[in-house]
Amino acid sequence: MKQGFRQCMAWLHTWAGLIPGWILFAVFLTGTASYYRGEISAWMRPDLRFEGSAPEATTLAVRELQRIAPDAVSWLIGVPTAADPLIRLYWRPKQERRFRDAILDPATGRVAERGESKGGEFFYRFHFELHLPPIWGRWIVGACAMAMLVAILSGVITHRRIFADFFTFRPGKAAGRSWLDAHNALAVLALPYHLVITYTGLITLMTMYMPWGVQLAYKGNQQAFLAEALAFTAPPRPAGQPAPLTDMAPLLATALERWPEAGVRRISVQWPGDANATIILSRGDGPELAIRRRELVFAGSSGELRDATGRDAPAVLTAGTALRLHFGRFEGPVLRGLFLLSGLAGTAMVGTGLVLWAAKRAPKGAARRGFGLRLVEALNMGTVFGLPLAMLGFFWANRLLPAALPLRAEWEIRVFFALWLLAYLHAALRPGRRGWAEQAGVAALLGLLLPVLNLLTTHHHLGVTLPAGDWLLAGMDLGLAGFGLAFALAALKLWRAPQRAAVPLGRMRAEGA
Amino acid sequence: MVRRAWRIMRGWRWPGVLSRILAAVVGGYALGALVAIACALLLPFARSEAVITGMMLSFAAYAGAVLWAFAARSAWRAWAGLLLPALLLAAASWVGRPA
Repeated sequence: MKQGFRQCMAWLHTWAGLIPGWILFAVFLTGTASYYRGEISAWMRPDLRFEGSAPEATTLAVRELQRIAPDAVSWLIGVPTAADPLIRLYWRPKQERRFRDAILDPATGRVAERGESKGGEFFYRFHFELHLPPIWGRWIVGACAMAMLVAILSGVITHRRIFADFFTFRPGKAAGRSWLDAHNALAVLALPYHLVITYTGLITLMTMYMPWGVQLAYKGNQQAFLAEALAFTAPPRPAGQPAPLTDMAPLLATALERWPEAGVRRISVQWPGDANATIILSRGDGPELAIRRRELVFAGSSGELRDATGRDAPAVLTAGTALRLHFGRFEGPVLRGLFLLSGLAGTAMVGTGLVLWAAKRAPKGAARRGFGLRLVEALNMGTVFGLPLAMLGFFWANRLLPAALPLRAEWEIRVFFALWLLAYLHAALRPGRRGWAEQAGVAALLGLLLPVLNLLTTHHHLGVTLPAGDWLLAGMDLGLAGFGLAFALAALKLWRAPQRAAVPLGRMRAEGA
Repeated sequence: MVRRAWRIMRGWRWPGVLSRILAAVVGGYALGALVAIACALLLPFARSEAVITGMMLSFAAYAGAVLWAFAARSAWRAWAGLLLPALLLAAASWVGRPA
């Protein structure tokens, strides 16, 4: 029966991995990009970087919000940090359900009008919403994450020689075998990461996926639950009396005194023009492992400290640790670099798994491929190479679209999806090695030439950023060119190597998966 | 190996496989939800702590249920193995619910 059990798990691993595989690949890759979402946003709006202090940024932000949205229901200010150096403004006008957002131009003190771009936020939102209506996107990504968890567990069970295979790589062997080795190595190499990132990903949206405890214990009152879990209090209703907002600087000083290392990351103001206005300062990330949500609540008109929220109860801290591990918001470049590498390993693990599925089923010689296999092969090529190609194209769109184009941020996204769609069409029309080589070639050109494009279109190219030691922008340029180089090597290898007659894996002694 | 597994699965016949998939996806979610509820109502923690603990554990229960649904010897056993703990959790949550 033991053998049967392992085979059932192999079957489960195959299908729980394949069916959500293309979405998982996109979730993994955009999620990996999101570790650098602040840097990506800064690269896309290089003129808007703010290098002053948090109180200076706040003063500018409040002044501008007072000008453009004095009657808003609430304001939200994203205070810039070294890794995310843009001053972000969000405000919800009366009679609107959604927040509007903009980035403040520190040079003019006004909302930036030209060069609109979603920047790294696009990849970040795509990572868990797939650019669909949020409810749909989040449930689909959640279902795929659950399948990922099952695929990881069943993969480990299937994998009998987990330690030995860690050192096994047989490149250039028959189709299927090398892919299997690569898939195993990538999976085992970063197994703790894969497991943790998948589970903590489910935890980030657990109140949506598993609301039943709140339903029964709190009669469905999510606000009451959050209030109790994090010791939050609801801000008072508006008084209907206008009143000027107090000066923020002393409030920030109070907060920075309490949180000298973590600092203030977000400032929210409820009913800014009202006598009952409330100012809430949220703590940034401290040096500790867990994200600890802390808020200082001030009366908006008097500046009096009303409340200090946040709790360090065990379950809350556990969840906070899970969130921190998922977001990877750590200070040191080495640790973030390791998260990046692990994320890429996860992406490649999903990618090699998808390719392996098709390689194992590819018929020998000129035998006809069934529709299912051709569909999987096209989806594989258009996802594994097409998505990074489209993502690099997103960076190109950012530099090439005219600054004053109406709906410019929307057009960047349209370029991204158009390129991705083209990649799928190309994959359907040019199946096989040549197709892969061509897509890799295009991705290589997009990556390698990006620093050149930057030189032609901005004043923030490597010739300026490298001598100035501006590692944020230089690192982006070099990193993206590095991806281009990797694709160039892949393209060369794919172009040169002859079409080898594939040996079906069924003929070999079955090992591993 | 997968191919051999595939042959075995074909031996299960499709109704059985579909039944297992249903047990895994729907039954597994139900079991996860019941774990979340039982923790929320029964754990001797502060209410919010119990709710958070339950939410965090529910996905492990869901994953375990999915593995069970495909590891069980037959589709019937798969369902039975999910229903039994589900009933126990539901009964315990009902008996131990806060007044």
